[in-house]
Formats: sequence, C-alpha cells, structure tokens
Amino acid sequence: MQDGTPENSTVKDANDLEYVGKAWQVTYKDVKHAEQRASQAISETIALIHADDTREITLVISGEAGQGLQTIAHILARMFMNGGLHVLAVSEFMSRIRGGSNSVTLRAAHRSVRALNEHIDLCVLLDKKALQRLRGRCAADTILIGDPAIFVDEMGMFPLPLKELSANIGGAMYNNSLVCGYITRLIGWELSHLEIALTRIFTDCDLLAKNCAAARVGWEYGVDNSGRCSIPPCEAKPGSILLDGSQAVALGAVAGGCTFISSYPMSPSTEVLTHLAKLAHAHGIIVEQAEDEISAINMGLGSWYAGGRAMVSTSGGGFDLMAEGLSLCGAIESPMVIHLAQRPGPGTGLPTRTEQADLEIARYSGHGEFPRAILAPGSPEEAFTCTAHAFTMADLSQSPVIILTDQYLLDTLYDLDPFELPDTAPGSRIIATTEDYRRYAPGPDGISPRGIPGLGVGRVCVDSDEHDDEGCITEDFDVRISMVDKRLSKLRLLREDLALPPRLYGPAYFKILIVGWGSTAAVVAEALEQLQPVATSFLHCIQIYPVSKAISDHLHRAKQIIVIENNATGQFARLLKAETGCAVSREWHKYNGLAFSVDEVVELLRQEVEL
Amino acid sequence: MSENSYLRTGCDVAWCPGCGNFGILKIVNETLQEMELDPRQTVVVSGIGQAAKTPQYLNLHFFNGLHGRALPAATAIKATNRNLTVIAESGDGDMYGEGGNHFTHCIRRNPDLTNIVHNNMVYGLTKGQASPTSPHGLVTPLQVDGVILEPFNPIAVAIALDASFVARAYVGHADQTRAILKAAIRHRGYALVDILQPCVTFNKLNTYRWFEEHTTPLAADHDHTDKIQAFARACENDPLRLGIFYQNEKPVFEDQLAAYLDDSRPLFERRVDLNKLAETVRVMG
Repeated sequence: MQDGTPENSTVKDANDLEYVGKAWQVTYKDVKHAEQRASQAISETIALIHADDTREITLVISGEAGQGLQTIAHILARMFMNGGLHVLAVSEFMSRIRGGSNSVTLRAAHRSVRALNEHIDLCVLLDKKALQRLRGRCAADTILIGDPAIFVDEMGMFPLPLKELSANIGGAMYNNSLVCGYITRLIGWELSHLEIALTRIFTDCDLLAKNCAAARVGWEYGVDNSGRCSIPPCEAKPGSILLDGSQAVALGAVAGGCTFISSYPMSPSTEVLTHLAKLAHAHGIIVEQAEDEISAINMGLGSWYAGGRAMVSTSGGGFDLMAEGLSLCGAIESPMVIHLAQRPGPGTGLPTRTEQADLEIARYSGHGEFPRAILAPGSPEEAFTCTAHAFTMADLSQSPVIILTDQYLLDTLYDLDPFELPDTAPGSRIIATTEDYRRYAPGPDGISPRGIPGLGVGRVCVDSDEHDDEGCITEDFDVRISMVDKRLSKLRLLREDLALPPRLYGPAYFKILIVGWGSTAAVVAEALEQLQPVATSFLHCIQIYPVSKAISDHLHRAKQIIVIENNATGQFARLLKAETGCAVSREWHKYNGLAFSVDEVVELLRQEVEL
Repeated sequence: MSENSYLRTGCDVAWCPGCGNFGILKIVNETLQEMELDPRQTVVVSGIGQAAKTPQYLNLHFFNGLHGRALPAATAIKATNRNLTVIAESGDGDMYGEGGNHFTHCIRRNPDLTNIVHNNMVYGLTKGQASPTSPHGLVTPLQVDGVILEPFNPIAVAIALDASFVARAYVGHADQTRAILKAAIRHRGYALVDILQPCVTFNKLNTYRWFEEHTTPLAADHDHTDKIQAFARACENDPLRLGIFYQNEKPVFEDQLAAYLDDSRPLFERRVDLNKLAETVRVMG
C-alpha cells in the first residue's frame, strides 16, 4: 500500500517507467533484477546436463488407475534424490479413476536428467495390459517384473508374487511399498534409503510402520537378484527439493505476490489451485472454486480492481469460456494472470495427455484488439520464475499475461535446487487517488496510474463499453481512436522492457537453428548434447508473445530454421513467420498425446540434420 | 438536487422518457443519502443492459463489466476489500438469464453485497425480446406467437437456495422500496432486491397501471424468518407480493476465507512473507 500524495500519481519519464514518489520507486529496477535471476536460474539448469558421469537407470511401473502408481513414483523419486541422484518421474495415465493401464517412468542418473528416453532398464508390471503397451520400449536387457499369478505364461520374467507376499502384512494396500522394497534390492541399495523416503511420505505412525514392514518383505524377497540392475548411490546434495511443474507454478504465484485465485477444476490445471488452497492460510491468499470459468476470470478481474493480485488456472475448454473475460481485461486495462495448462483437444480431447496446441487461442482469443503476453516455461525453475514475473508484467503493463504450460511439465516430478526468492516482496503499483483522479488519463506507453476504490479520495470507474479517461461511456470517434491507441501502445513494454529473453543452447555461430517453446526444451537440449551436430543450435523461447527482438535477431542469423512443437499444425512456426518474416524450412510435430522423447529427437536430428 | 446527492451531474442519460429506471435511480440516490454511505467506500458493479448503465449516473466507484457477470466481480471486490460497501445492479435478463449460474451460486456463497435487479420483464437494449421473467404469452419481435417458457421466479429460487435476504419492490411505491433497500444494504450477507418496473417502449403489457393492479404488500403479520411461509408467498403470481419475504442471518462468504483467519487487512495492504515462502518451498519439496 502506498500513501501517495497527488503529485505521486504522475509519471515522470516516458522511457523508464520510473514513477515519482515513494510509492513507485521500488519498482522497475527490481523487475530487471528478477529477470536476471530468472535467466541465471535457467542457464544453471542447462549447465547441469554436462556432468560427466553417464550412469543412469530408467524404470517403469505400470498398473491400473487406483493401484497407487503416483505414490510409488513419489517414494522412489525421493529415495533416488536422497541417494544423491538426479531424478525425473513422468506419469502417463488414462482419464479414469479406476482400471485402465497407466505408467510412471523414473529416470535416475548421476548427472541432471530433465527428459525421457524410450529404453527401459527395469519394468514392473502390475496389470496384464501393460506389457502389450510397453513392449516396444523393452529390449533384451530389460528386466521385467510381474506377479506369476497374473503372468502365467510369460517366460523370462522376474516373479514377484505380490498377492502371496502381501497376504500376511495387510493385503494389497501395501503392495506399493513392497514393490519399492524389491526395486531397492534390485538396484543394490540398502533398505534404509527407502525407509527414509517412506518416513517423508507417510506421516501417520501406524501406517509408516506397516509400509516399512511391507518394504522389508519386498527387499528380502529380492535377495537373489540383489544389484542385478545396479546404480550406486552417492552423497545427497543438501537442500535439494522434489517438485512437479504444478507446484512450481503455485510457488511462483506466491513469490509473485498472488493474493487471489479463483478457478474451476479441469485437468491438468487443477493442481495449481489445489496447492494454493493448501497455502491459503499461511500466505493469506483467497482461494475460491468458482461455479464456472466465466465466473473465475470475472472474479479475478474484480479482485485486481479492488487491489488484489489475482490469477486463474484453467485448461483449453475452460480458457475458451474465459475468452470474453479476457477481452474485458483488455477493455478495462486490468492486470490479470492466467495459467493455461494445455492438453490435447479439440473438444474434450485427451484429458490426461499432453500437447502444445493452445498457443493460438492464447494469442488470438478474446474479441477486439488489445495487448497481452504469453510465457511458456520449459522447466520447473522457469515455471516458477515465469509465474512470479507474470504478476509484475501484468501489473506494470495493466494487461493480461498468460502462462502456457502443458500436462507433461505440470505432472512431471523433478529434483532441483531450491528456488532463489526475490529480495523484496512484490506489490502492486497502485496509487492513492486524488479528487480529480481519472482512471484512463494518458500516460507514457499508454499506462495510466492505477487507483483502487477505498484508497484515496478519487472515483475509480472502469467500463467495458468504450470510455473516456474518466471511465464514462462514450461514442466520440476521436476518443475511441485515442483509447485504442493508448491500449495498443502498452505492447511495447511487453515486447521490450518486460520481456523474458530466449535461451540459446549450442554454439553462438550456427547455420541451423532449432526453435522450440515450453516443455520441449530439455528434450532438444539433451538430444543436441548427445549428437553435437555441426553448427546447429537450439533456441528455447520462453516468452512466445510478443516476439522479442532477441528471438527475431537469432532467427534472422540462421540459414535454416527448424521449429519443433507438440502439435499437428505448427502454431509457433506460423506465429514466427508472421511476426519476423523468417522462412521456416522444416517443422517437427508430435500429436499422439505424449511428449517428445530424447530418442525421437535424436532420430529426427540424424535424419534431417547434417551431423 | 440536495447537497449530498450521489447523482452525477451533466450526464447524457441513455434511458427512454418515462422509463422505470429513472424512478429506481432516484430511489437509490435517496436511500444512499438517508444512509449517509461513504461514497469513497461504495462500489456499484453492473453488467450490460439499460439497467446496467445506472452506475454511470451515480457519483460512486463503479465496475461496469460484462453482460451477466456482475455478481462474480462484485463477490471478488467485496472479498478483496471487506471495508467496501458493494452493490451489484443490473436488469432481469442480465442477472437471471445470462448470469443465471452466477445468481444461484452467489446466493450459495452469501457474500455481503446488495443485489438490485431492475425487473421489467423484457429486454430493452436489444429491443424488446422476451426476458427470463416475461409472462406467458407476451408477444415480442422474436417470440412472435407469444412466450411459451415458464417465467423465472427469482424470489422463489432465492428462498429455495436459502438466500439470506429476499425482497421484491415496485418502483411506483418509492417509500416502501427505499425502506427495503435500506434494510438490504444494512443486512450482512447476500441481499436480493427485485424491483418491478415498466419498460415503456417494449413491454406494453406490464405497464405502470398493470403493476398497480397486480401487486400487493405482504401481510403485516408476514413472518420473514419463516422459510416455508416465505416460499408460499413467493409462489403467488397474481397479485405479486411486495416486501421482505425472507431474512436469514448466517455467516458471510468473505469472513470464512482462510485468508482472513488471522489477518483482517484488505488484500492491497499485504505483501508475501519471503521467509515463510522459503519455508513453504522447503516443506513442499
């Protein structure tokens, strides 16, 4: 809150957004620092991929929905992290609560791993259908593990008679810990590694004791195969944390000063709302499940109007319903943060799968013309910094900022270093209004000082009808032109001053430039690291709209541009062509509902890029 | 106009001569004057339509948003700063048609706001089509053979949802309407005031005279704490009853939010506690 005097509400300089008076001085430089920290965090992520120890293990657990695969993934991921390994846990699941056939893939390694390979070292099959689905990823050296009661005729499978073993320790609900115990033995680790992880997962003493007992049964049963698929533990890196993309977005929102979230549940966006609900009390955040997405975004806009810092979290169909609210946001020049979690469409599509096919609705939805920004994080670190930055960006530009993630990024578990938090707590650039306050008074870059009702003595009037500088309805043609121009002139801030830069992986002098956005980052980076093709680099675009000069410059320097994206029609390629005039020579698409694997990108590079 | 008027001067008012909206605007202004509400702490939220233009003519903060969406915005404004007095004001098409889902769930939420609905039983701004409250048989440019849908009964719906304050008024009875509005604004919780008004241009059936003949006050001994009695009166169509049907004190939405459990400040006065956030990251990770 600021106790602004009348002169505090005026803007001094058109170019630097540094406002006069106590109230405004905190602001702009802090943004720059935040950006530097953001890009530093991103480059550190990449640097980790170069560690030289290449030992790693990929393990898959497959079963029906309701068998607790997520729990197994969490237990094992934590055990690997505590054992000094880097770990990635990717879930693929069907849209159902029980049955079906789902799987989690864990990749653990001594170097940082941020993407998936196809090949499986260890495959635990808890249901019969799984084998058929996973056979393509299994090779002669893959160890298959299954209950002989289910896989009667399967040759060469390591038998793990779960039903029989769990009968004496409380039944099938302890299968998960039993499986974890068996796996722990197969990779040659002591039971204590697993017990520490279980302690973290099960807080109830009785439940913990029973799960530890089950883990021991599994571990002891594996005695004959101890270390068959070994990867040695090492010293744990102190302070490492285990988070998925949804948690990173939620924590980024808190770091960005979010005080209000209203949303309607929809996979895969719901977890962000769920995490913030758990933090509502501790961090003083209003969390409300709206009756629909239309209500959610209108609540968000109401909150910003009254001094809140609001966000909504949604997915494609829900975002469609928000389109009118997004347009209102443009009309009343409200800040707004929208988390748009992509899943394959059209219609209901594949609710639990991944895709990058909502870029164009993020860019074009909402009637009329008004500025917006779209940020597409490619890692949990970027999800954190993008979400935090989105609040600053929205507040300073008085425009909507969309964080475009996808199911793959959100549901994947990663080990990471703790986030670097901002030095100062962010707050809104609001002023105490004076008697003559006009909400839409002209200002540099189209920004009018933003007042809120109840702070100061002026009237704060916003209207979705075309309005004059006081917010009153008008049909004056000259005022119309000046208001359209005012709104559109805010785009410069988003394109330049507040823009998040892209990341270049590979040599600074390149002939071929592979361009991606969002969650493809780690896969492409690892594939390039593996093959080291000649004069080829990868540009990971984090802010995908407005397209910054930095992206445009890189594109203009390339002889050949290849755009990779998780959709069927090349939405980003189209946007780049339109915005930069550069020709895209090839496009790599995937749209079966799964993310690219490293092997797939390696194969594409082999076929289409000179090595 | 008296000295402490809440009316904005010099407006080009967009209503037809004789429109019931003028009467409602006058009554709202007089009510606010009598209550001496602090105009700097009062926000009027509206949607789109002729009634939704009301805030334009008041000297108060306003949020004139989307058609049908006044209640979500109003709910959030009140929740974001509990010191504000919030009035959500729009027409019958806006609140009961386009905003029908928000209407029902806003009642369930029970934020402390006053919901004034200008109910003229027809669409004005889009030129005379049926509204959710149009009577059976009303012939319009679009319902050329007359309305065949059952009219929406906002009073009965609100009571069924256990709204905390439910009233119907008629613009022609200024004294009673002012008294109802005052009680509604004073009431802590969601308060519905459905104000009957004629549309002199498009509704030739429900005229000033029709309302005089087809409305009557609730009986003097009506017990507005008795939900069943209130519902029975709400179901009476002819004459339509006027007055406070139902009042039910219960906890308001914003007071129950975790964000206010140990911090009563409005959201704009808050900053994230970075030490606490560091701890949250550690615990979550």
